[in-house]
Amino acid sequence: MKRLFAVLSLLMVASVALGACAAPFDCDDAIGCVDIAPGDPIHIGAMLTISGATAFLGEDSRGGVEIAIADRDTELLDHPIQLTVEDSLCSAEGGQTAATKITADPTIVGVIGTNCSSAMTAAMSTMSASGVTTLSPTNTAPALTLIGEEYTWEPGYFRVCHTDLFQGAVAAEFAYNELGARTLATIHDGSPYADQLQEVMAARFAELGGTVTFQGAVNVGDTDMRTILTTVAADTPDVLYFPIFEPEGPFIVAQSSEISGLEDTILIGADGLLVAGFPENSGENAIGMYLSGPYVSGASYDEFLTKWDDQIGGVPPSGFHAFAYDATNILLDAIEEVAVVDSDGTVHIGRQALRDAVTATTGFDGLTGVLDCGQKVFGEGLTANGDCATGEALGVFKITAAEVLEDNWPPPVEYTP
Amino acid sequence: MLRRYLERFNWLDFILLMFRVVILVAIAIGIFNSVRAAKYTDNQWATLVFAGLAQGSIYALIAMGYTLVYGILLMINFAHGEIYMAGALTVVFIAHIFNDSGFLNAQPLLAILIMIVIAAAVSTILNVVVERLAYKPLRGAPRLVPLITAIGASFALQYTFRGLYGAQYRAYPEVKALRELVTVFGYKVPLVQLVVPASALVLMLGLYFFVERTKMGKAMRSVSEDKDVARLMGINIDRVIVITFALGGALAGAAGVFNGLFRPQGINFYMGFFPGLKAFTAAVLGGIGNIAGAMVGGVFLGLLESLGPNLILEGLGIPSVNQLKDALSFTMLVLILIFRPQGIFGERLAEKKA
Repeated sequence: MKRLFAVLSLLMVASVALGACAAPFDCDDAIGCVDIAPGDPIHIGAMLTISGATAFLGEDSRGGVEIAIADRDTELLDHPIQLTVEDSLCSAEGGQTAATKITADPTIVGVIGTNCSSAMTAAMSTMSASGVTTLSPTNTAPALTLIGEEYTWEPGYFRVCHTDLFQGAVAAEFAYNELGARTLATIHDGSPYADQLQEVMAARFAELGGTVTFQGAVNVGDTDMRTILTTVAADTPDVLYFPIFEPEGPFIVAQSSEISGLEDTILIGADGLLVAGFPENSGENAIGMYLSGPYVSGASYDEFLTKWDDQIGGVPPSGFHAFAYDATNILLDAIEEVAVVDSDGTVHIGRQALRDAVTATTGFDGLTGVLDCGQKVFGEGLTANGDCATGEALGVFKITAAEVLEDNWPPPVEYTP
Repeated sequence: MLRRYLERFNWLDFILLMFRVVILVAIAIGIFNSVRAAKYTDNQWATLVFAGLAQGSIYALIAMGYTLVYGILLMINFAHGEIYMAGALTVVFIAHIFNDSGFLNAQPLLAILIMIVIAAAVSTILNVVVERLAYKPLRGAPRLVPLITAIGASFALQYTFRGLYGAQYRAYPEVKALRELVTVFGYKVPLVQLVVPASALVLMLGLYFFVERTKMGKAMRSVSEDKDVARLMGINIDRVIVITFALGGALAGAAGVFNGLFRPQGINFYMGFFPGLKAFTAAVLGGIGNIAGAMVGGVFLGLLESLGPNLILEGLGIPSVNQLKDALSFTMLVLILIFRPQGIFGERLAEKKA
């Protein structure tokens, strides 16, 4: 009896010793690990514009993120997924504040955001230094992913929507080659998104042989566009390009018919205006104008819209929800891939390993096309890191009476590069 | 003679005087250059003038609410922009119902009148509720307290309406009859840009006569003079204050519909913030507490915003003038307050309450 007890206790000591040997996880990640004890949630952050005039953009992205999480029954590797949403507004200050809040929480592994390029420009350094992996569903300003002194990119930043280097060139080629336009005026709203996009468009247009007559700007929040349209009309350009948002875009479209000198000018907007409500909001002047942007469609997208109606209700308020859905899935897939799971269920996620896994994402079959997050070259001196979109899904759409009067959406594709 | 002048000489006055001269000369040079450059046609200037008038009359209507409340309570109701938004945003749905049933284009006058009444009702009720809940309990508090409360009420209203209607932008349906071009002084102008200033003028005249000629108006004026004495005379102060808020709300609601007719886009929960700020500027420009002043201030601001960038700034060779529209209007506010701290019409007020 005594001997049996001795053997048992020996076995027990041995098993404890063995267990102790196996238990400590050795984190050899260059920028640290996140350890998640059994029962604790895997913590995802989101930095979106959820208040103020651009709140519709944040609600749109937030829905995409929530549906992607709900698709996995709010669970990853047997841990619940916790989502923390911070308001990054649509400004540099908002981005900085949200970044400080998000990075102060060491349990956050990855972040979906921001919405506005201005917010990300300010948040970039903080996010990168903290070790989180950031994927934006809506930042399209080229500088955010370009590598170089004068550009913004820092490790750990990715975006799922296309860079405007694609979009601006497509719009310029369409205007010059397809519409036969030779003079161009552009209007931006002072945001990095609109400013850089109109710059890319104007540069490409001039390169093709066209003349840029006017490059001006309005303020976000302006409602009366007649003053700037009058300035534009003084040169009677063939094309007016205004890659801005609602409500400034519809104001330009609606008020353009009042200005003499703009009768023959063709209006072109960009993806910021590629929203189901835009043609109806702009009224009959929108008939015959063009919008550049990503073309999201197909059976899986219809299925997504059904889920939206079930879980959130109605239709998405803007055009970027599919990017938010894809961004969330890329992040969750990458977490799943790099996570080290202990026998008791503790999960360890290497921060650098996670960034590497997202960078290595190729052939991801998302709602917004096939995504590929590796390095891309856009020409001399323009090398980009973290751009997941390949630009293949871009098109130019023509707004017809059906969109303005009969709620048809999306509009017919007029041109693809 | 010279000695006496030198004794009275004050460097600050001199600098201010020079400042005024420089500003006036700069404006004159800007206008002269712009007109001489002849970059824009007569028709384009006319478009800007009429649009500026329509915008200005909307500012003026909203400004009435600021000025009435200030006149009586000496309080700036910063939630007033949201009161305007509430009417405009609620009626956008009704306008679409009217449009879908064909009523709007078949009977435009009647439909628009109904829309104005509903918007005015919504804004009136809301303004009275805000007064009861947020301002009345603070009647005796220092002036800063209701001001901060008003800012809080403004945010509370914005996000309540966002919860009710969502954050996306909406637009009023186009009223075909109002889009027609009419010829004024040889220029083609959309009818809506004449209807809006004219209707706004009628409403503001109505308010003016209400305040000047009716018994309740007399009570309002006496409360504005001295609350305690008015109470001793048997005037129900609380009732007067509620009616003041109701009047301001009704005009703001009407302004919401006029805005929807004049510029149908951009209707969402945040739409009241900037017009509210501009209307407040207009009220201060005209002399806050003064009805005629708010009217003139609103129209002046509307015209300045519309014409200023192309007429004044462009002639001075300033780049990207259109982004400086707001900067120009607020600079003008500062200038007018330097020239006339009491505003354009604010003389009596300055003696009484400053």
